[in-house]
Amino acid sequence: MAVYSKKETRKAPSNVKGLTFWLRENLFSSPFNVALTLLGVMLLVWVIPPFVKWAYLDANFAGSTREDCTGGGACWVFIRMKIDMFMYGFYPSEFRWRVNTVYGLFLVLVAAFRYLKSPVLKIVLAHVYFIAGFILVHGGLAGLEVVPTDKWGGLMLTIMVAAVGIVSAFPLGVILALGRASHLPIIRSLSVTYIEFIRGVPLITILFMSSVILPLFFPEGMNFDKLLRALIGIAMFEAAYIAENIRGGLQSIPKGQYEAADAIGLSYWQKMFLVILPQALKVAIPNLVGVSIALFQDTTLVLIIGLFDLLAMVRLSAADSYWLGYETEGYVFVTFIFWFFCYMMSNFSQKLEKRFNTNLRK
Amino acid sequence: MKERKEIIEIKNLNKWYGDFHVLKEVNLTVKTGEIIVVCGPSGSGKSTLIRCINYLEQFQEGSISVEGIDLVNDVKKIKAIREEVAMVFQHFNLFPHLTILDNLTLAPIWVKKMPRKEAEAMAMKYLERVGIANQANKYPNQLSGGQQQRVAIARALCKNPKIMLFDEPTSALDPEMVAEVLDVMIELAKEDKTMVCVTHEMGFAKKVADRIIFMDAGQIVEENTPEEFFQHPESERLKLFLEQILSH
Repeated sequence: MAVYSKKETRKAPSNVKGLTFWLRENLFSSPFNVALTLLGVMLLVWVIPPFVKWAYLDANFAGSTREDCTGGGACWVFIRMKIDMFMYGFYPSEFRWRVNTVYGLFLVLVAAFRYLKSPVLKIVLAHVYFIAGFILVHGGLAGLEVVPTDKWGGLMLTIMVAAVGIVSAFPLGVILALGRASHLPIIRSLSVTYIEFIRGVPLITILFMSSVILPLFFPEGMNFDKLLRALIGIAMFEAAYIAENIRGGLQSIPKGQYEAADAIGLSYWQKMFLVILPQALKVAIPNLVGVSIALFQDTTLVLIIGLFDLLAMVRLSAADSYWLGYETEGYVFVTFIFWFFCYMMSNFSQKLEKRFNTNLRK
Repeated sequence: MKERKEIIEIKNLNKWYGDFHVLKEVNLTVKTGEIIVVCGPSGSGKSTLIRCINYLEQFQEGSISVEGIDLVNDVKKIKAIREEVAMVFQHFNLFPHLTILDNLTLAPIWVKKMPRKEAEAMAMKYLERVGIANQANKYPNQLSGGQQQRVAIARALCKNPKIMLFDEPTSALDPEMVAEVLDVMIELAKEDKTMVCVTHEMGFAKKVADRIIFMDAGQIVEENTPEEFFQHPESERLKLFLEQILSH
């Protein structure tokens, strides 16, 4: 028999082992890894210097005409001269401050969201923002001149279609997900039918349907805005995907949570909105952001029903006979813009996950 | 002992899971302030029985009435009964996305429409009673099992229920944490709350139970006061059961 004395607690040994150790461990640990590392370096050497040379060293930034592009590299002058088109489409230049105000108000909204605590106030504020944004951009109220939707275009249209699509699809998606998880057979089968139908049809078909077939159901002479039809189509499409992602989240919630909510006397809606959905949505965040990113990219499809988003604007500008031959610059620019927005969303998703992580250890 | 009123009346209760007959002709009456311990081998239907009392499980035949309210499949009646009956679960079932304080105030604020300040004051009072007021702003996963179960008891108390149901409250806990939960339950037992506890803690049963009910294969086999229950078990099944759980 033995009794042992109490041991002192010590600091964990440092795991910093120096650069050479890190290199050997991570890049050159086996012949196969050495080969991969060398291949990777070769690829970078092969791609990066020529790109930097084209995009920066040999590129022209200054000037305002085609003749200013003498460097043999990228002609960013083209982007500079067309930037207004890319950003605003055919939106009249004297009214562009209205669009910029909406962008500015977005920053105000984000700031307000950081300081406001009450979720009700946040929802109200978001609605006010969307309505005010619409009035500002569209006009027709408060002495603002109307700018019809066929003048809207470029990045502004891309952002708007994506934002309105995601925001309006979300509540519908939540309801569809709850419907699919419901015990009531009629509600469940309606939800399942809707979701499975929409998921079986490509977005492009939905857009065609909403722009060509939908008007057939309206009375003669009634003209329904093209952009609005596209938005309805996109929201309906997106809702089905959002619903499926939320359903995944719902399935991850243990039965005990439902029982505890029942046992403390919450009603069905209280149980869902206070206990189940907050947890399910948290689980679904990465997938929901994934859907949003996919939608942001899919907005480029509105081109086929005659709306001119950012990508369409670039194509249009590159077809300008004066600037012929500069589409590469245009597409590189579009790539960068899309990458920037999608990367921000993906970053935002990680922030959200961190913020809502309550699975803390002591 | 003063005259006590019947608070739970279970008559000829029968329940099936598919073809499996889980509860067979169960009759049980509980009076106000009584402390009932239900025990029996696993699969004997004891959890199912108490889960029927707040309608977490539906039954096919028989009747249950709580405080004179007949338990039938009617949203209003179920709600009325759940106002009176609180439950503590084996796996605590705290809401992991809410702080301890919010876990406690959820039902008072949303079901009883109590102002937040008042609800929080009440929640703090109960947290103090179970001895974890200093953890109010933590999240459930930051607490130990025993602490979580005490929070769950405080959450149940926040409804100010007439009846408390305990569904094996200590069987998911590490041995060292069982005592802290039992202490809280013993404290509760001294008050005028009606308690129905499914548990295998025979020490607890001896100490506080008014009656012990032994279930096997879906039916009540024996029912007695603690002294008689342990000293003069009648049925063979109970003798075997006691032998097995008390021999260690």
